[in-house]
Amino acid sequence: MVGRGLLTFKTLPSISATGVTAGPLEKKSSFKDKFDKVYDDERCGLETNEHAHAKMMEDACMIALSKIDSLPSDADYLLIGDLVNQMTPSNFCATTMGIPYIGLFSACATSVSSLILAALLTEVGMSEIAIAGAASQHNAIERQFRYPVEYGSQKPATAQWTVTAAGVAAITPHKKGFPSIECATIGCVTDLGMTDPFNMGAAMAPAAADTLTRHLSGHGTSVNDYDVIMTGDLGKTGFELYKKLVANKGIDDTKNFRDAGAEFYGKDPSFLAGASGAGCSAAIYFSEIFEKMKIGKYKRVLLIATGALLSPMSFQQEDTIPCIAHAIELTMK
Amino acid sequence: MDEKKYAKLEQEISPKIPLMKNILKAFLTGGIICLVAQFVALFYMTYFDFTERTASNPTVATMIFFSMLLTGFGLYKKIGQFGGAGSAVPITGFGNAVISAAIEHKSEGYVLGVGSNMFKLAGSVILFGVFSAFVVALIKTILVKLGVVSW
Amino acid sequence: MSSIYITAFIVGGLICVIGQLLFDVAKLTPAHTLCLLVVAGSILDGLGLYEPLIDFAGAGATIPITSFGNSLTHGALAEAEKHGLIGVLTGMFEVTSSGISSAILFGFIAAIIFKPKGNV
Repeated sequence: MVGRGLLTFKTLPSISATGVTAGPLEKKSSFKDKFDKVYDDERCGLETNEHAHAKMMEDACMIALSKIDSLPSDADYLLIGDLVNQMTPSNFCATTMGIPYIGLFSACATSVSSLILAALLTEVGMSEIAIAGAASQHNAIERQFRYPVEYGSQKPATAQWTVTAAGVAAITPHKKGFPSIECATIGCVTDLGMTDPFNMGAAMAPAAADTLTRHLSGHGTSVNDYDVIMTGDLGKTGFELYKKLVANKGIDDTKNFRDAGAEFYGKDPSFLAGASGAGCSAAIYFSEIFEKMKIGKYKRVLLIATGALLSPMSFQQEDTIPCIAHAIELTMK
Repeated sequence: MDEKKYAKLEQEISPKIPLMKNILKAFLTGGIICLVAQFVALFYMTYFDFTERTASNPTVATMIFFSMLLTGFGLYKKIGQFGGAGSAVPITGFGNAVISAAIEHKSEGYVLGVGSNMFKLAGSVILFGVFSAFVVALIKTILVKLGVVSW
Repeated sequence: MSSIYITAFIVGGLICVIGQLLFDVAKLTPAHTLCLLVVAGSILDGLGLYEPLIDFAGAGATIPITSFGNSLTHGALAEAEKHGLIGVLTGMFEVTSSGISSAILFGFIAAIIFKPKGNV
């Protein structure tokens, strides 16, 4: 054991393939060309947003599996999650897939928490193919956490836009030429008393800063060892706060810092502080980052996905927003 | 970093609410909605048998009808992002709250979805309107009975 | 007659500005803001101030949600004048039925003919 919440993977499990699907509005994303499939209809031609949500996840899984010439029946584990009540989209996706399944909830940090668990199962030799990932569907999430989609409320500049996207990765034992999972850090819930659900980035920034410093000191690395350190969905406001918090802990060099949420929709002001949602980090990690690692542009990457662990009820009961961040380190040898 | 320090930092970094701009936009949006309603009232007074006083009922109904169209075609949320309170405070905003919830919950059926969720947002307005009307009217009635004030 | 259009615009706009201040300065949610305005309308009518405002601003006073509190109170008071205390209960929806009934009706019609439009 290296330390509390610190994991190292000696067998270096690999991300052998990824699948990313996204909604029609995500054609406005800076990364749209890197997504495997972009739908023309928000509901993917189905009756409800929730069905579309499950369909996006199914398609992402099928795409990832097809890239390694496999069928759902070849996969050993399905470790996915989303933000809808009791994660029904993931559950329905798992029904269709028929892969042994554990639903995971770490809010928007599920992309990394699922990767960590998939890597562990692979490390101990219990899994040949494990599918990990997360997804979110704007309309389904908005109606659950905020207002009906058609309700005319004014969102402040700190608000983030829940993406419609699903990102999954197929984790296999070490494979040459593919990014491998070197080590990871499981986050602690951090809560600095933020209560504004329209400024989630500010709530999550302390968790990201905490996990980053724990990862660096725990695994004995420094920020300059990485080509990029990418947080999940802090958004433009949260990303600035995170850099300040990190500077406070003595890390001034933030030139290789990136944030998936802040970059997702580029500079388009109609998306306010940027993207959020479980699909946000998953979609970017498993397209942009995965590709750049495969072509050798990035050799060592630290991914820190952040999640706000609130519910509409906890907000109405005037609780603060507890947040989590999980980190995973990928290398390309 | 403790909570107080962080709250201060958060205030510093987060973009400020453009208060003057928001106020101006609310004023314009709200003013325009009321102006439209005034024209609707004129229509009822000119072509139907309504007085300035009684025209307000069909005017309110008509404005909610407009709100239904704007909500159904996905425009009211855009007006809402621009106008803020300017589109939330007029009766069209009340209509939007009811109608958006009704459309949203259609997926759970007309009884359990639409029926039970229609007043999810607007219900509290009815509750507090009725309760405050009750209290105010009660106090005034008692005061009149005691001869303190007159009707 | 034509000045009513100007006063409707200005008074309606100003009531919305109060709402915006409650949003942005007092940091209230839309629901809290609207409830507060309804209660304010009701109290203003109890003080006999809302009706003069309607005479002055027309739709500028009848369209903002404050008017909902006003008309509930007004109905209750009118019945109380005729029937005493019991009228407070029975008169409430006498005047204001059109807002609620049309919201229910159009809400249901909308649910039948529309689907959430979404963002595309």
